[in-house]
Amino acid sequence: MVQDMRLIELKGISKSFDDGTEALSNIDLYIRKCEFITLLGPSGCGKTTMLRIIGGFEYATTGQLLFEGKDIAAVPPYRRRVNTVFQKYALFPHMNVFDNVAFGLTLKDANELVPESRPAKNVIDGWILKMKHKRALKKEIEKRVSRMLKLVKMSGYEKRSVDALSGGQQQRIAIARALINEPEVLLLDEPLGALDLKLRREMQLELKAMQQKLGITFIYVTHDQEEALTMSDTIVVMNSGRIQQIGDPKSIYDEPKNAFVADFIGESNIYDARMIRDYRVEFCGTEFECEDAGFGENNPVDVVIRPEDWVVGNAGEGMADGVVKSVIFKGVHYEMIIELDSGDKCKVHSTVMQAEGSRVSLSVIPFNIHIMKKMQQVPPAAKEA
Amino acid sequence: MVKKAFKRVYIALILLFLYAPIAVMITLSFNASKSRASWGGFSMEWYAKLFNSPEIMNALQVTLTVAVVATIFATILGALGAIGIHAMRKGWASNMLMNLSHLSMTTPDIATGVSLMLMFVFMKVPLGMGTMIMAHIAFDTPYVLFAVLPKLSQMSPSTYEAALDLGCRPGKALTKVILPQIMPGIVTGALLSFTMSLDDFVVSYFTSNTDQTLSMIVYSAARRGIEPTIYALSTLMFLAVLVLLIIINKRTALEDVM
Repeated sequence: MVQDMRLIELKGISKSFDDGTEALSNIDLYIRKCEFITLLGPSGCGKTTMLRIIGGFEYATTGQLLFEGKDIAAVPPYRRRVNTVFQKYALFPHMNVFDNVAFGLTLKDANELVPESRPAKNVIDGWILKMKHKRALKKEIEKRVSRMLKLVKMSGYEKRSVDALSGGQQQRIAIARALINEPEVLLLDEPLGALDLKLRREMQLELKAMQQKLGITFIYVTHDQEEALTMSDTIVVMNSGRIQQIGDPKSIYDEPKNAFVADFIGESNIYDARMIRDYRVEFCGTEFECEDAGFGENNPVDVVIRPEDWVVGNAGEGMADGVVKSVIFKGVHYEMIIELDSGDKCKVHSTVMQAEGSRVSLSVIPFNIHIMKKMQQVPPAAKEA
Repeated sequence: MVKKAFKRVYIALILLFLYAPIAVMITLSFNASKSRASWGGFSMEWYAKLFNSPEIMNALQVTLTVAVVATIFATILGALGAIGIHAMRKGWASNMLMNLSHLSMTTPDIATGVSLMLMFVFMKVPLGMGTMIMAHIAFDTPYVLFAVLPKLSQMSPSTYEAALDLGCRPGKALTKVILPQIMPGIVTGALLSFTMSLDDFVVSYFTSNTDQTLSMIVYSAARRGIEPTIYALSTLMFLAVLVLLIIINKRTALEDVM
């Protein structure tokens, strides 16, 4: 497997719509072969527009779209080696399951699917060959469709009407229909959005397994950060038409580049802080030791601490004291809001419950203090529930 | 109870008022006596006469030719027009097209007929079957348009994109994916426009020369002094249109369920 081959490359892609809204601004991104890449962001961040540009349904206003090094901006969707699983499946309601899945094959050149056996000797021989070819073609299509249906675990549904299927089953048919053309890249636009939580979790694992089995590139659009963390090799976090951070799930979660990413991926406490000098930061009215350097002296920064990284202790024994304001049982852990004496509120996850109103202390090890360059305040509306 | 009874009586009165004339006409068409005042017994005589009249049979042929040809053209124009309007961005242009089409449906027949005649004369097109067909296409097309448009808006917009995505060129996507999905609307539109053509008198009257449709025969016969044959003819025309309308209504009701 060529790991570092750039299959798709977006160079300075911008997109403005006719009404003047800018959906994408100056996107630079490359996608490797066999990669599972997720475009993650709140609705309206431009992720679907980006997918539609790669699929050929939208044109970039400026910039280049390269496929294996060649500009494909002018190539229409029916000639791109890319297939799409649409958000609302877009199955053809006037066809049954078999015809939906076989649709892409019936459009292909028949000789590509089943090569002609030999040149015809005369007219009658030509007819016979043609009939044989037709029969072989039908068999080949049936074979490929049943292989696809098996892959998506929908064998035996061939004759069903697509309207008679559940949402999850329609989803599987949509995937089979897109995969039968053996695309280099599969584009998925929030494919699990309409499914319930349990089914969604199952499908996440199945999709990931499918991608690894087939060895093709998946470009996946979602606003669900958990989905992105579960499936992706690479996550591209987007907001208001710009890429905020590109990285593997662990680095996105552990080292968010800015407050937007920290806030969008998982839960986090974000504090206004001051970098006193290298390895020394002040927030919540306390000075902390940290592992970051290079932010200058006395510069304002943002500090992110994940709720599970705060350690609760007895009052007076930690780094800062505070009062437990609320406790919510969340299953595996308790979620507590602790108000420090400085007035800052901290969200804390702990398996040990503290009584509401009791005084406790909080500590954090230097490794878990993430320092980021200050950016404009993220409006709370930008975060999706 | 009283309220309910009152409602029923009221409805019955309305229906009676609307359909009594037609009922009288149908009854008289089976009257053996030529008189409108006395019942001379049941007879199919007038119907037999009807089918033996070369004038009426000729008119039937003209009516059907005009209706069929006009329906074919109107269906193609209307369906393509609907696809075009649907694909346009919602704005003043598509609104204007829709309103113009509505307008031509609501314009009084007499205005449509006179204006078309004037136009044909002005452009030196000789009046006849050809002009009649063109006139029928003109008033039939909006019916197809408005039967197809709702089907298009019910269609998921991504099915067209899905077809392109799977390898269809735009033309093939139209025939393989869009047309099959809007076909019920197209058929309803065609039936409607056929009905309208069968039904029409005023526009045909102004745009034809010597060719007479059935409704024109009825009109000229009425001026000569009406014969029971005309009752029979009118009865058959009423029944034909009634059957067509029932089919159209059943189809739309079925589609709404689906």
